[in-house]
Amino acid sequence: MKEISLAEYKANPTEIREEREAELKPYGGLEKFEGQGTIYPVYDRPGIKWGMSVDLNSCNGCGACVVACNAENNVSVVGKPEVLRGHEMHWLRIDRYYSGDMENPNVVFQPLMCQHCDNAPCENVCPVAATNHSSEGLNQMTYNRCIGTRYCANNCPYKVRRFNWADYTGADSFPDNQEGIVNDVVLNMNDDLTRMVLNPDVTVRSRGVIEKCSFCAQRLQESKLNAKKESRPMVDSDLKVACQQSCPTNAINFGNANDKNSAISKVRVDNPNRQFYVLEQLHVLPNVTYLAKVRNQDEEKKEGAHA
Amino acid sequence: MHLKYESQLREPLVYGDKNYHQVTEDIVRPIEAKPTRLWYIGFYIAVCLLLFGVYAIYRDVTYGIGQWNLNKTVGWGWDITNFVWWVGIGHAGTLISAILLLFRQGWRTGVNRAAEAMTIFAVMCAGQFPIWHMGRVWMAFFVLPYPNSRGPLWVNFNSPLLWDVFAISTYFTVSLLFWYSGLLPDFATVRDRAFTKLRKRLYGVAAFGWTGSTKHWQRHESLSLVLAGLSTPLVLSVHTIVSFDFATSVIPGWHTTIFPPYFVAGAIFSGFAMVQSLMVIIRKVFAMEDYITMGHIEAMNKVIVLTGSIVGVAYLTELFMGWYSQNKYEGYTFWYSRAYLFSPYGWSYWGMMACNVLSPQIFWFRKMRRNIFVTFFMSIIVNIGMWFERFVIIVTSLYRDYLPSSWSVYYSPTIWEIGFYTGTFGLFFTCFFLFAKYFPVIAIAEIKYVLKTTGEGYKGRMDKIEGESLETFVHDHAH
Repeated sequence: MKEISLAEYKANPTEIREEREAELKPYGGLEKFEGQGTIYPVYDRPGIKWGMSVDLNSCNGCGACVVACNAENNVSVVGKPEVLRGHEMHWLRIDRYYSGDMENPNVVFQPLMCQHCDNAPCENVCPVAATNHSSEGLNQMTYNRCIGTRYCANNCPYKVRRFNWADYTGADSFPDNQEGIVNDVVLNMNDDLTRMVLNPDVTVRSRGVIEKCSFCAQRLQESKLNAKKESRPMVDSDLKVACQQSCPTNAINFGNANDKNSAISKVRVDNPNRQFYVLEQLHVLPNVTYLAKVRNQDEEKKEGAHA
Repeated sequence: MHLKYESQLREPLVYGDKNYHQVTEDIVRPIEAKPTRLWYIGFYIAVCLLLFGVYAIYRDVTYGIGQWNLNKTVGWGWDITNFVWWVGIGHAGTLISAILLLFRQGWRTGVNRAAEAMTIFAVMCAGQFPIWHMGRVWMAFFVLPYPNSRGPLWVNFNSPLLWDVFAISTYFTVSLLFWYSGLLPDFATVRDRAFTKLRKRLYGVAAFGWTGSTKHWQRHESLSLVLAGLSTPLVLSVHTIVSFDFATSVIPGWHTTIFPPYFVAGAIFSGFAMVQSLMVIIRKVFAMEDYITMGHIEAMNKVIVLTGSIVGVAYLTELFMGWYSQNKYEGYTFWYSRAYLFSPYGWSYWGMMACNVLSPQIFWFRKMRRNIFVTFFMSIIVNIGMWFERFVIIVTSLYRDYLPSSWSVYYSPTIWEIGFYTGTFGLFFTCFFLFAKYFPVIAIAEIKYVLKTTGEGYKGRMDKIEGESLETFVHDHAH
């Protein structure tokens, strides 16, 4: 997490970049990190390369993205007893980081979803290759190949992978196996009528498999096909992923990072001084960039004095 | 003429003035007698535990892994802890049977049969965990690289879990073959003494038609050497590969190059402790103090203090590297999550330290090494300590890794997780009780092999002859 005050940012706009540079210096610095941070060869990534950027300056932590993600991707609602056990299924969560006064802290919100790492630690540990990389830079889950060893979830430094601990959706072929799972809240995906809320474009996951953010693969596919039907290259306006679509402050940008004219490329080019990756030093090469929050502390103080 | 004679100073491997017939009598007696009351009670308890384990697995398969208290952060808990624990225990049997055979350590003959049986049963127990901890165990065959019509879709050869599949299955196969080939002459002995037709038939089938001809013996010896040669690298490789499950990951506390040697030492350490627990009981119950001697127990206690000290060095090295690397995540894992006594899981780290590093040091004293009660007590302590070690490695690394938002709630097992573990105890002891009743628990043929050179009776007689010159001896004893 990176945060900086406006005064500091004005005094030295490249501070965050310098911090990253210093951290990666032993491994070739920012420029050569991808090649020198590893003993493995580096591959070209031509064609489409999906990327996301989240501007933490804009994010106000409203949580609309989480809800949108749940609705779009048929993410199971598991109910309070399961959440208490750390079994929530959210593909997208909002991390909060606090600073300052304990009683009245400053908060930074950080929506965190699968980072679709180019060098994903989850992929190489799966014994059956159920999670693997697409040619478009997606870290994809093959549900019907997954046997549920949970090794990928253990090895994810962002902890964004979710395991179906029980038959939350009635999608399982085992009869009468929802003991203690179905309650008023969970019923929404289990009863014949309410199952109609489910998105038909998205697989409902059965018990015992891992799931996680897919970058709304169904929407990406649709946008590519639409462009293809019209015999033109895909452009930004063809698609919006669910979290991006629902964000009231437009904090989330998404698109083809290999396309120089796409919004995501522009955001990345325009904001070199605020841009960072979460846990960049691990060399997992995430495809989600974050733009650091710049906080105007002088003004906040003034507001505090008025109040 | 080859005449091997051992010094009087060296302890005899077999006590009592025994001849070949008596050895057979002593070892086969428990097989031919009716089981004791104690055996029935023990067997009954073991089967009950096993059935409870089967029910725990039934729940886990029917209702999902949510029957356990694992969560989004702690994806492995008791399941993999127990897996590594059981696999580790198996290693002593292989070490005794293979490496000690190659090193010509005569003392292995007293304990190798039971230790190899322990290996096989322990690996069977270990194998349960990676299988039943899968979310969709009915798809477990996906881990086998078989020709298929899905592309063909192959397994992921990069995954340490796949290496595990190969390592464990190879280990089980080779150990089973080694054990069984050693059993052949002994089964033939039991067959030849059989007093009912059924016994004769069953042991006859088990003995594969062994007649004891010279050719059989010659082939048997060659096969033993070949299998010993195959098993020897397995002693090192199996637990090395198990350690790769952790060492190749990116999680602080797992991502450690020290793991392979440290795991192997720990495996031998816990395995010998388990062998001690079983031997102390077997020699008492079956009155086999003449064959499993104090010398055996002392030798194994020496291995325990050595390997225990090796893991101690590994623990300290990890702590040192946690500081020296100046990696804040590793520092947190090693110095807070583990070594800080009042952190949520600090108790498990210090339990491990006390059981594995501090307490075995009493085996520097000869008196302690040769004390049955201390040995038995310590063997249990060491196995508890080694269980803690695996728990520490798995849970304290996972529950708080990189991002604090995902730090776990306190993980403690449900009754079904515990039931699965006790169920493997049931499996182990059910097998072991059956083994003790129907199999010769000591390798009869191999004891006879060392009897002439290192048995107490022969040693005494040889003492007299020692005064004579070799030529007179040869002259007198050659026909």
